[in-house]
Amino acid sequence: MLKDKKTTKAYEKVLAARDGKRPSGGFYISRMLDNFIEFHGDRRYGDDSAIIGGIGFLKGEPVTVIAMERGDTIDERMKRHFGCPTPEGYRKALRLMKEAEKFNRPVICFIGSSGAYCGIDAEERGQGEAIAENLFEMMGLKVPVISVIIGEGGSGGALALGVCDTAVMLENSVYSVISPEGCASILWKDSAKAPEAAEVLKLTAQDLYKFDVIEKIIDETDRTSEEICYELKNFICDEIAEKKKLTTEELLQERYEKFRKIGA
Amino acid sequence: MDLKNIFNFKKDDIIAEKRTCKKCGKSTRYNELMANSMICPTCGEYMRMGAMERLEVTLDKGTFKEIDKSLKTKNPIDFPDYADKLDKAVKTSSLNEAVVCGLGKINGNKCAVFVMDSNFMMGSMGTVVGEKITRLFEKATHDKLPVIGFTTSGGARMQEGILSLMQMAKVSGAAKRHSDAGLLYVTVLTDPTTGGITASFAMQGDIIIAEPNALIGFAGQRVIEQTIGQKLPQGFQRSEFQLDHGFVDMIEERKRLKLTLSKILELHKPVNQ
Repeated sequence: MLKDKKTTKAYEKVLAARDGKRPSGGFYISRMLDNFIEFHGDRRYGDDSAIIGGIGFLKGEPVTVIAMERGDTIDERMKRHFGCPTPEGYRKALRLMKEAEKFNRPVICFIGSSGAYCGIDAEERGQGEAIAENLFEMMGLKVPVISVIIGEGGSGGALALGVCDTAVMLENSVYSVISPEGCASILWKDSAKAPEAAEVLKLTAQDLYKFDVIEKIIDETDRTSEEICYELKNFICDEIAEKKKLTTEELLQERYEKFRKIGA
Repeated sequence: MDLKNIFNFKKDDIIAEKRTCKKCGKSTRYNELMANSMICPTCGEYMRMGAMERLEVTLDKGTFKEIDKSLKTKNPIDFPDYADKLDKAVKTSSLNEAVVCGLGKINGNKCAVFVMDSNFMMGSMGTVVGEKITRLFEKATHDKLPVIGFTTSGGARMQEGILSLMQMAKVSGAAKRHSDAGLLYVTVLTDPTTGGITASFAMQGDIIIAEPNALIGFAGQRVIEQTIGQKLPQGFQRSEFQLDHGFVDMIEERKRLKLTLSKILELHKPVNQ
């Protein structure tokens, strides 16, 4: 389950975010949506089971949901390659977002994996291009996009579902430009120093809230995942209602400025 | 623009300096190398070009006007030893950051240009690199100018944490607006273009050109090898690999780049103006 004790230590949060027992994307879909229908494939090459995408009702409103899913059993995890999306996953996500735009449905993204799938085949099919295309197109997507970091938000592979109007993080989720292990091995030639790296990377939800990179933190301590889902669902519904008051131009302008101000 | 203006040290020193080719080991005087577009005259190996060198061989003489030259990086997340690293990078590269931006002309065609420089912390992108490129896109959109971007980078800069990652989205937003205004964006991918740069503005060009044999990819080669536990095939993630897999429009020799870019610019000139 989620952490039962409050922690401020960055690496404890990293471990909590990676915990195999922590709910993955599919869990939130099943608890928050009614009549969910899953859709498959990128219409280009294949289907990536690290990403679950589809449509359903969120409190009576049709929405498109795209979620990274790590899987529960070892077999399932191998099949879903631990929730690390391939280029097909990102292209499926973009296809479903474009479909959402056509039917004027808000988009909700759940992010939680160590990052984009790493392998020869992913490079052959343009992992970089797939992520780049998502960033580019999501900046202009004419419907509200809410992104929720539910576990580990691993670098560009997370951002590819993270160009949004409102970014939410669970209390013990993390979001980073590089894994603490990767950072430690570059910086100190020693990946065992990951706990130190986690601190200096400032990757916790609390850090990101301070940097104005995210808009909301959902508390986890002493709460069941059902209670967390309940608050998250209400928050997402409220945000969508707020964003729907805006004209398309206002929505896109606000999204542009949300990112434009970071490091300006 | 002559070499003396480009660098902050004496022209004579540069001319006397020799550089050794990593491939064949032969040393060549700097002015000879520059006259040969930093290609080894002995073996033909492409040496990496700094931003100012690239501008020198690409833009028409005297046309380059740099923008936001003085923007310097602070240490936004108080990352240990980052301030020292930046100081060193400024000294060794004679630049304030890993990208140089400005306006200039290529065979008479006006354009906005950004050139990344791997001599500055491996061309990595932090907030200032992101900000400079974003501003360039915004200016180009306002002035209705095409953007030519030369990429070389190890990716997002770890020392600025999440703020570096967000620059990928920020620049993408500005590139999208430029594109929506019907304006041309050409990227030239040079060795190496990896990580968050490939996964953002390097791959967002209307036209994507690669220099021969440049390393272009998302995941680093060592990381992939460690993950899959095997050696990577010869030529993996090189320009020719990217051309074969459909991710670049063309590979162009360095000495022909200026001509090719100007042809592309001419083909995109507004017809009724």
